[in-house]
Parts: sequence; structure tokens; C-alpha cells
Amino acid sequence: MSETAFPRHWRAPPLIANAWLRWGLVAGAALYLAAALATLEVNWLRLAEGVPRAIRFVAAFFPPDFASRWHEIHSGLTESLTMALTSTVVGIAISVPIGIGAARNVAPPWIYLSCRSIIAASRSFQEIIVAIVLVALVGFGPFAGFLTLSFATIGFLSKLLAEDIEDIEPASIEAVKSTGASFLQWLNYGIQPQVMPRLIGLSLYRLDINFRESAVIGIVGAGGIGATLNTAIDRYEFDSAAAVLLIIIAIVMLAEYSSSWIRRRVQ
Amino acid sequence: MAATPAPDTPVWRRRAPRVEIARFAGWLALAAFTLYCFKVMTEDTMWVFLWDAHKQAADLGSRMFPPRWSYIHHLWYSLWETLNIATLGTLLAIAFGVPVAFLAARNTTPSRVFVRPVALFVIVSSRSINSLIWALLLVAIIGPGALAGIIAISLRSIGFIAKLLYEAIEEIDATQVEAISATGARPAQVLAYGIWPQILPAFAGISVFRWDINIRESTVLGLVGAGGIGLQLQASLNVLAWPQVTLIFIIILATVAVSEWVSAKVRHAFI
Repeated sequence: MSETAFPRHWRAPPLIANAWLRWGLVAGAALYLAAALATLEVNWLRLAEGVPRAIRFVAAFFPPDFASRWHEIHSGLTESLTMALTSTVVGIAISVPIGIGAARNVAPPWIYLSCRSIIAASRSFQEIIVAIVLVALVGFGPFAGFLTLSFATIGFLSKLLAEDIEDIEPASIEAVKSTGASFLQWLNYGIQPQVMPRLIGLSLYRLDINFRESAVIGIVGAGGIGATLNTAIDRYEFDSAAAVLLIIIAIVMLAEYSSSWIRRRVQ
Repeated sequence: MAATPAPDTPVWRRRAPRVEIARFAGWLALAAFTLYCFKVMTEDTMWVFLWDAHKQAADLGSRMFPPRWSYIHHLWYSLWETLNIATLGTLLAIAFGVPVAFLAARNTTPSRVFVRPVALFVIVSSRSINSLIWALLLVAIIGPGALAGIIAISLRSIGFIAKLLYEAIEEIDATQVEAISATGARPAQVLAYGIWPQILPAFAGISVFRWDINIRESTVLGLVGAGGIGLQLQASLNVLAWPQVTLIFIIILATVAVSEWVSAKVRHAFI
């Protein structure tokens, strides 16, 4: 009896077992890539022109120019920071009741559905599009930005809060309910202690996001540091733009580290 | 007979009075500070514009509806460009983000003292600047067009992909890596057979998730001239063609909904 010849080399099994599907996907991806690259219009002449500008932009970081546009930078930064804080606070104040209403284990179906549709509406529009419409409605300036960010905060925070409430330990809310607590007492002593650490974490995270977004919505006229940055780039003042970018990066880093520090202490 | 508590029995409280007062003071300070910020923020606000906002809303509403459906034929190419910006941008970001993730993860970085901080700095600076701002810069540098959009999207996504991926790499099971290296595998083989299979589901999820976000973001990149459907949006806004703006909003919403559905399906298949 001769020995069966076993293969001496092991090969990893392919990710997709069906060979037709596997090669079909590869061919489809290649076809798509070819089509996408073929229709990509690249103006090589303009690109070559950009090289000295890119060098100028990189050089602008050494050193960045904080001084000559300091007045604009200062006012833009104040607008961004105040906008981020007020919109986060107002957004949270509105999203807590909506979040409670959107939790399946707390709210009756009709409240659940209406709160969920508010969340869906808020989440499906991006900040910048909301900002365009609100600037048209209430005029240029940080107030439009404040409204935009508050609106965006509602969708974000209510959804995560509602999911958190749906995940809580049912035994302890049952226990509070069985003492004969009223609805508000039930919320305050049964649910609130369980979701509070995460709510604080999410609020800090949203503050961070709102600051970042406040740097963007200025491009469509909703105030903040984004307007300053836009002006600086439009004037090709790359050294001022570099200063603004460095300030944004520094504040975001600071916010990220301090919020993770606070979250570690709370949780 | 119901037992009535003695008059001097203390009533249960959740917190000691002093803590209660301190917490109240904290909340009060936050509220006061918020009001102060609001006052500073709205110093230059023209409230007259706000008081007629409901009229403006009614006016805008009447201008925006019905959407101009015939304009849709001008949008197909922009939509294709938007899709390409998001997809090519994501691919480019994966190409750069994956190596950065390996350099940033504590267990795979060649040097914790020199390489890791640099990788982390790349991640942080990429993450803290929105793709729209990257696009603003790139349009000034390399000119308007889809290429600026692709690069902007990928610059923002590198940080996102690298951050989530390096966290996944740090959480892998070290024993499998050890088992592979015990067979005498080269470092590249350890990477391919010990580490990569463990992070593949996370990698697929992260990439598709970022692609979904990128579709969303690439729809508005055109506002600053970086190609895609946002260019048409900007053009329509500039001439106050609100029925076209409505149509573009509808298209953007539909695109985002489809991409979200696709990404949910793909992530479901992998995880």
C-alpha cells in the first residue's frame, strides 16, 4: 500500500470560498477603479503651478504668524469657543428629554416613535447643510452656528442616551418602581445614576466635536474660527492660516486629553 | 397599625447636605458661565434678522418647493464624482493609515520612544482638522477639482483609520503571535499569519465605516471647490436657485442613506 502524497506546503484558505464570487469581486473592483481613474480630471499644469504654493504653505509653519491678524483670530476663536459651549449645553438640555422619550423601555410607543423621528431628522442632515439653511434664515454670524450645532447635538446625544437607557440593568429600576416611586422619582433614582457617567462622557465628547465643527461651519457664514481661516486662505496669507490651524490642533488635543482624563475619573 | 417613624428619625437623603450644596453650586456656575458665553457670542448679532426668521422661513419654503426635477440630468456626473472622491480617498487613506497604525501600536512599533510619538502626532493632526478645511487648503494649493477632494478626504481619514486600527492591534491575542514566531517565521510572516487575521474584521469594519462617513463628507466638499455634487450646490446657492438646492439636498440625503445601508450590510457580513 503506497502512501498518499500529502501537499508539503500549507496555504491560507481564501477569504471567500466561492472562486467565481471571489474573482468576480476582484474584476468588478478593477473595472470600477479603471472607470473612476479614467474619469478623474487632473489638470497637470495647474498641479505643477501648485508646487511652489505647497512649499510656501509648508514654510508658513516655520514660524506661523500669530501677530498680524491677531484681532481676527482672537474674535474668531472667542466665537468658536463660546459657540461650542453654549450649543453643547443647550443641545444636551433638549436632548435629555428626547433621549428618555426615545428609549423603548421607558416611553410608550407613540412618544418613542416621535422622538426617534426627531433623532433621525437631526442625524440625516450634515452640520454644513443645516448651517446653509440657518444662515439664510437668521443671518450671518455665530448665532446661526449656535443653532446649527445645537440641532446637531440633539441627534447625536439623544440617540446614544436612548441606547444607553435601553441597555440598563432592569433589576434596579424594578426595585425603585416597587417602592411606589412616582415617574420622576423613578427616573431620578432608578435610571439617572446608571446613565450619568456615560452621559457626562458623551457630553464632553460632543463639546469636542462641536468645537471642531465650529471651525467648519464658518465657511458658509455661520461665524467662528472657520471664517477667519477661510479669509486667510482666500488672501493666500498662509502664515496666518498656519497659525489658525495650529491653534485648532492645540485646542482639539487639549480637549481630547482633558476629556479622557475626566471620563476616567467619572467612570 | 402602621408604624409612624419617631419625629427625630432622619429622612433618607441621597447625599450629605454639604455635597448637595457643592453640586448645586457647580451646576449654577456652569449655567452662569454658559449665559455669559452666550452674551459674548451674540454681542454683534443683529436680532432684527432673527425676529423676521419665520417670514424668511415661509419665504424660503415657498422658493424651495417644488424641487426642480429636470435639473437632475446635470447631477449624474457630479454624483459619480462624489462617489469616486469618497472611494478613492478611502483607498488612499487605507494605504497610508495602515502603516501608521502599525507604527503607532505599542506592540508592533519599531521604537516606542522615537517612532510612536511621531505616528501619534500624525494621527492627532489628521484627526483634528476637518476634511472641509483640508479641502480649503488643497484647493488653494493644487487648484479646484476632484483631486483636491480625494486628497482632502484621505488626509482626514488617515488619522481615523490609524487610530481605530492601532487600538485594535493593541488588543490582539499575543499567544497567537508567539505561536507563529515560534515556528521560525520571518517578521513579515508573523504579520501576515499572526497579526493580520486577528485584526481583519476590525479593519474591514473601520474601512467601510469610514467610507460611509466619506460619502457624507464628499457631498459637501464642493462648497469650497473640491469637486463632487457640492460644486453644483454652491453654483445653485450663488444664483439663489432654491428649487435646485432642494433637489440637491434630496439627492444628498438619498446617497447618504444608501451608503449607510451598504456599510451596515458589509459590516454585518464581516462581524
